[in-house]
Amino acid sequence: MHGDHVDALVTTAPDGIAFDDLAVEREGDRYAFETPEEAHGSLSEEDLRAVAADSAYVRNWYFWHADAPQKADRWAFLRWLEDAEETPLETRLEGLADGIVSEWGQLQVTATVGDGGERRYHVRHVDDTRKAADALTGHEDPRAARDIAKHDDRGRYRPLKSAPTLRTGWRFGGLAATELVETVETFYPAAVTNWHREREGELDVTHWHETVERQTGIYGVVKTWDRGEGYEHVNWVAEACCADSQCLKRREWQYDDETPLDVDGGDGTFPCREPCSVVVAAARQWTKLESEDEQTYEFELTPSEKEQLEGIVDAVADGRAADIREADIYEGANRYRARFLRAKRFDEDGNLSGVPTDRDDE
Amino acid sequence: MAPALVIAAHGSHLNAESSTPTYTHADTIRATGAFAEVRESFWKEEPSFREALRTVDADEVYLVPLFISEGYFTEQVIPREFRLEDWEPDLWDSDGTSATHATLTAEDTGQTVHYCGPAGTHDAMSDVIVQRAESVTGDPGVGEGFGLAVVGHGTERNENSAKAIEYHAGRIRERGRFDEVQALFMDEDPEVDNVTEYFGSDDIVVVPLFVADGFHTQEDIPEDMGLTDDYRLGYDVPTTVDGHDIWYAGAVGTEPLMADVVLERAADAGADVAAAIEQVRERTSGANPAAGD
Repeated sequence: MHGDHVDALVTTAPDGIAFDDLAVEREGDRYAFETPEEAHGSLSEEDLRAVAADSAYVRNWYFWHADAPQKADRWAFLRWLEDAEETPLETRLEGLADGIVSEWGQLQVTATVGDGGERRYHVRHVDDTRKAADALTGHEDPRAARDIAKHDDRGRYRPLKSAPTLRTGWRFGGLAATELVETVETFYPAAVTNWHREREGELDVTHWHETVERQTGIYGVVKTWDRGEGYEHVNWVAEACCADSQCLKRREWQYDDETPLDVDGGDGTFPCREPCSVVVAAARQWTKLESEDEQTYEFELTPSEKEQLEGIVDAVADGRAADIREADIYEGANRYRARFLRAKRFDEDGNLSGVPTDRDDE
Repeated sequence: MAPALVIAAHGSHLNAESSTPTYTHADTIRATGAFAEVRESFWKEEPSFREALRTVDADEVYLVPLFISEGYFTEQVIPREFRLEDWEPDLWDSDGTSATHATLTAEDTGQTVHYCGPAGTHDAMSDVIVQRAESVTGDPGVGEGFGLAVVGHGTERNENSAKAIEYHAGRIRERGRFDEVQALFMDEDPEVDNVTEYFGSDDIVVVPLFVADGFHTQEDIPEDMGLTDDYRLGYDVPTTVDGHDIWYAGAVGTEPLMADVVLERAADAGADVAAAIEQVRERTSGANPAAGD
């Protein structure tokens, strides 16, 4: 590997190089070489080799053109990690010496640089930022991310990779550029490519209406719920599924091209370009439930009991139910409070206040 | 640039292990170096069918459905979600089990996609079923004195589902290795519930033609066959039912040799993977199943 950057420079120099504050130009059969630190003219190939051998600028050029993945989106992502388009190389190299830190979803990525100009990357959970490295389980193979991403800290399966429930307690150290990208893409599939498309103004968003229109099989039923201008239900779907508390992608899809939804799409770093399979599956269930007619029920409840029911729905909807302390009977969704309510207000068939669900049963 | 392989599988919102065989077979193929990239994609997980191609660098892609039969998923869902321009099932010119491949363009990425028939209907799948019988009995020579039941879901909505099961049962029967071979189903006759009625042999190997172990292969079928009253209590292999020893194999898709079938599909579509096939066959013959169930 040693000296590869010099050979590569000499091979490329005849075409001219202008990259990250490095400029090499051909002048007849000689070369001009310029960086913010040094400028040489009329160099023979041998001179050029001598100048290039110790140049951090040449090593940097070599990294970006030989080591880093060349696919435009992956390359742009790596450049973004060190703010390469805005920051002079000299400043970046100083930053990389200590590590330049970025966040990508729930990943904290730290970029560093080795003696040869090659980057090394370190990844851990954003919540593990302050933990000592040896307090975290170390990994080197990007495919280990598959197992980490599969279950949350409570051991529950995560069907949605962009849910903000990534498990903690692990780290990847010293990843090469290609390994870093593979790791990141395993945690958040397709996020890099869609983020890049968005930056280039080429993100292909498929809106709700279009997505629903192409559904078939058991999902075809969702079409019956799609009421043209009456898109209030789609707002409810987005509010239920696509908030930052549920998914780290920033929702870019709307009802259709001309009809934005009322609810906010979130603040995620990377965009969501169409309703995902979780949203479509949930919408299918809501379509079936929403076909029911409303009925009027009468319940006898104390004001506190009504508030308790509201508290239970809130706690479940926000995922707080399991966090409510065992003896915190001040919380409506506390288990003892809920059991008391059930004991007092449910009949033997589980009907609230003894009111049957089906009115014909009365 | 070397072509990529994209595997399209079902995945699950509920079962964490559903995608495990897909990842395992992809890893096996990856290790051969036959493709520049190998990408898993899922109907119910990520990367989704809709976004898989854009995560692949190559301009040319072999797309292999890790599904058991031709039908709704292979003819409608996968071509639609991968945005394969001008797809129509006639391009496969298939009788339900004879699809090979069609070459199309992906609308959003412009990549050339060799869309292959499903893994489950490839002739090499018969070998995987037999190997599954070897794995579960621990006997590389299993056959004499044994009956083999190939079990499918069966559904009135898709006649091809049953065809794939009957196709492989027929092929294995013709080889004469097992004393008897039957195609049985969960939802249509002949039903797997009555498995012992269809066999005279004392020993019966039951191989469900499913990609992954899940609800059907781990709960329904063992209970239906009477291996256990409650799947949570487990069952022995073999379990004696009505005087027959039932060797229940679990999903065929967890058999390591399944990676070979995926490669064979790509090879039939023109991929240069002969060396990889040899390597995979060598590595996966007699290996342990791909999913820890």
